Amino acid sequence: MEKPVLSVENLNLDFHLRTHILHAVRDVSFDLHRGRTLALVGESGSGKSVTARSLMRIVDKPGVMVGGRIILRTQGREVDLAQLASNSPEVRAVRGARIGLIFQEPMSSLSPVHTIGSQIDEVVRLHSKIDKRAARARTVELLGQVEIPDPAEMADRYTFEFSGGMRQRAMIAMALAVNPDILIADEPTTALDVTTQAEILDLIKRLQTERGMAMLLITHDMGVVAEVADDVAVMRFGRIVETGTVDEIFHAPKHAYTQRLLASTLKLEQPADARAEAVITPQPLLTVKGLTKVYGGAKGFLGTKKFALKAVDDVSLVLHAGENLGVVGESGSGKTTLGRLILRIVEPTEGQVLYRQKDGKEIDVTALSKSELRKFHADVRLIFQDPFASLNPRMTIRQIIGDPLVVEGKLSARQIEEKTAELLRLVGLSPDVMERYPHAFSGGQRQRIGIARALALDPRIIIADEATSALDVSIRSQILDLLLEIQSHLDLSFIFISHDISVVRYFCDRVAVMHRGKLVEIGPAEKICTTPDEDYTRALISAVPNPDPRNKRMLHRTRLASLSTSTVC
Amino acid sequence: MLNYILKRLVYMIPTLIGMSIISFAIIQLPPGDYLTSLLSTLADGGSPIDPATVERLRSQYGLDQPVWIQYGKWMLGILTRGDFGFSFEWNQPVSEVIWSRMGSTLAISFAALLLVWAVSLPIGIYSAVRRNSIGDHVFTFFGFIGLAVPNFILALTLMYVSFRVFGQSVGGLFSPEYVDAPWSPAKLWDLILHLWIPILVIGMSGTASMIRILRANLTDELSKPYVTTARAKGLPEYKVIVKYPVRIALNPFVSAIGWVLPELVSGVTITAIVLNLPTAGPLLLRALVAQDMYLAGSFILLLSVLTLIGMLVSDILLALLDPRIRYN
Repeated sequence: MEKPVLSVENLNLDFHLRTHILHAVRDVSFDLHRGRTLALVGESGSGKSVTARSLMRIVDKPGVMVGGRIILRTQGREVDLAQLASNSPEVRAVRGARIGLIFQEPMSSLSPVHTIGSQIDEVVRLHSKIDKRAARARTVELLGQVEIPDPAEMADRYTFEFSGGMRQRAMIAMALAVNPDILIADEPTTALDVTTQAEILDLIKRLQTERGMAMLLITHDMGVVAEVADDVAVMRFGRIVETGTVDEIFHAPKHAYTQRLLASTLKLEQPADARAEAVITPQPLLTVKGLTKVYGGAKGFLGTKKFALKAVDDVSLVLHAGENLGVVGESGSGKTTLGRLILRIVEPTEGQVLYRQKDGKEIDVTALSKSELRKFHADVRLIFQDPFASLNPRMTIRQIIGDPLVVEGKLSARQIEEKTAELLRLVGLSPDVMERYPHAFSGGQRQRIGIARALALDPRIIIADEATSALDVSIRSQILDLLLEIQSHLDLSFIFISHDISVVRYFCDRVAVMHRGKLVEIGPAEKICTTPDEDYTRALISAVPNPDPRNKRMLHRTRLASLSTSTVC
Repeated sequence: MLNYILKRLVYMIPTLIGMSIISFAIIQLPPGDYLTSLLSTLADGGSPIDPATVERLRSQYGLDQPVWIQYGKWMLGILTRGDFGFSFEWNQPVSEVIWSRMGSTLAISFAALLLVWAVSLPIGIYSAVRRNSIGDHVFTFFGFIGLAVPNFILALTLMYVSFRVFGQSVGGLFSPEYVDAPWSPAKLWDLILHLWIPILVIGMSGTASMIRILRANLTDELSKPYVTTARAKGLPEYKVIVKYPVRIALNPFVSAIGWVLPELVSGVTITAIVLNLPTAGPLLLRALVAQDMYLAGSFILLLSVLTLIGMLVSDILLALLDPRIRYN
């Protein structure tokens, strides 16, 4: 067999923190071969991203490489990158030219104030001595290769004019600009919709085969691993616990952690056992009738008619007491706007939201006054996606959870404290943590705090907007189980907005599928996920990666003609 | 872009009308008018004036007419003849009084702004990139001193030092012998010798706060993924920083143009009085005390216009700097 293009031997990385030294990566060794894909799998904090970055010597402070070898074999030479200074010209000549990097945040990984073209030109000109015009020609060619329509035109656009999938394509074009031997893809599709994810993975795979590159794929999603990887290395607490071919890892995992990781992935492939059948009452708790939200469309400043966007288009649905309703769709499908319209955080253009109060009286949310709306907001609460951004870093946990109670103004300070302690116990945290600040908690714990805050006012409906999307797969199922458990002894209904179909299938009784503002299909979760009626739903479901390398669902997915052309936002 | 500028210009018109009304209303607020304050000054001096003379003066100046007619006449004069009214105290048309002061005000403001930029940009970048290094701590220390020391104290200290150590004449913009002399290289040198104190004093707190703002902004930007992207391209480190995060952290620099003018007039009046600078601040203060209404009103109006222009310029520059603003 040909020698590996890159060998990592006994790599060690430390983080010098204020109080102690964290051994982030311990004795990690692996090889990358031409034309093959190694997936480095692990949950957040396992050290997989920092390992990948150390290959390019771009480990951020306070990370320090303390040992090991990184042997790069290209152009007939062998170089140990670990021996070189991290900003030496030799290392800079490797970055971008021999090793390309794409990573998770397509929103923020490109500069917002430079055009896409100029950012790609830059890397082309940096590594090959050609003039501006030739560089631009190369850029346009690259953008064409990553299937960006009208590449010459799009090169002069800015990142905010690109959709998430398009940005990731541009990022891939940039990483491949100088024909690197190795491509590092750090969670390349985590922030994307399933359909876009499938397209991007197809694209990466195709370009890799064409160019015979080695690829290091970093991901926490076992589904993606099964669809794309040839070899797998499982990382935990900075060590590689198991390596093997993709088939060995999925069908004969040896290490207990690998088995557990697979189990929590497979667990989300079916509905939760704990789900009790929701009682369908003749009087629904919440009725949405013909809800529509149009953005823009007003006359512009000089009388020009502005572009109108129907974010939510004539959506009608009902939510019964004790029921979990899932809303799935790609980004831009209007699912988040729908949640906000129900809460009237965003004013609907047309339509009604009817809510049945505790006393059985039905009120029209769209006609409520400000003070009545406040009362409605006590009954219907929101849990946010980002557990890091949704908690004020300068407030203690006691202040964060007690805040809705303080605003409500009904309880005394002592009662608020008791209630806060009770809420913390309810979400599985100790009341002792009350005086601590959010930064002391992990993502999963923060999401528990967010849930406790949502429960503070004894709500009847909780709208969870991508509440588990930012969490690791094992934490994800824990949070879902927590919500189900809370629901079993509180009188609660959920509207669960998510792009993750497996989560919705696990958690929800009924699922509504949205596409471009319209409600495509609504029905029992099991039916939507197995035998949907609509073509769009079928395409969406088939794009979900299947965590079984012997049955690659995504590669044989149903494609809708309208889905394959990404639109500019 | 042109559309945007046009739109902004059109929006300025109602703002200006509102401001002119407010500035006129403000100078009418204190009881009495210029003549009552003149009378009380004269009466204190022991030479009372005949009431008939007072009435004659009052109708001559138009002070006996209703407020809105006075306002209308004032506005009409400005719009048709560029006549801002007559300063009672200076016994000159307002425009002449103001223009003689406005030049020096603008010159000092602009020089102070340049100083703020020239000093705070490199220090801010250094402090953010080498965060918590010794150099950063030293700059932070002096930065906080710059923020904490009141400007007029710094002005007095510098005046004392330059007088005792350098034996320089201080205060004002020129030494006495050059005040009325025609322009010559010697006079220019004298101006420069005088100018450094006000510019340093006025620019000091601005520099200090700008360093803090730039340091904080750049610190946030440095950890953004696009910086990693730039590094992963193989760019040299200084280019990574200057081309990407600094470019984005630069917004407050440009925004500063908008507030530097009103800040200089309202914020550094005390400094200007201490340093005896012929800028607008002390003049405005005196006009308000003496109820010299047309002068005060014109001043406030002019400052409003300058503020609006400053805001417009800074917004246009921001739009050029940041496409996200341009396309919004």
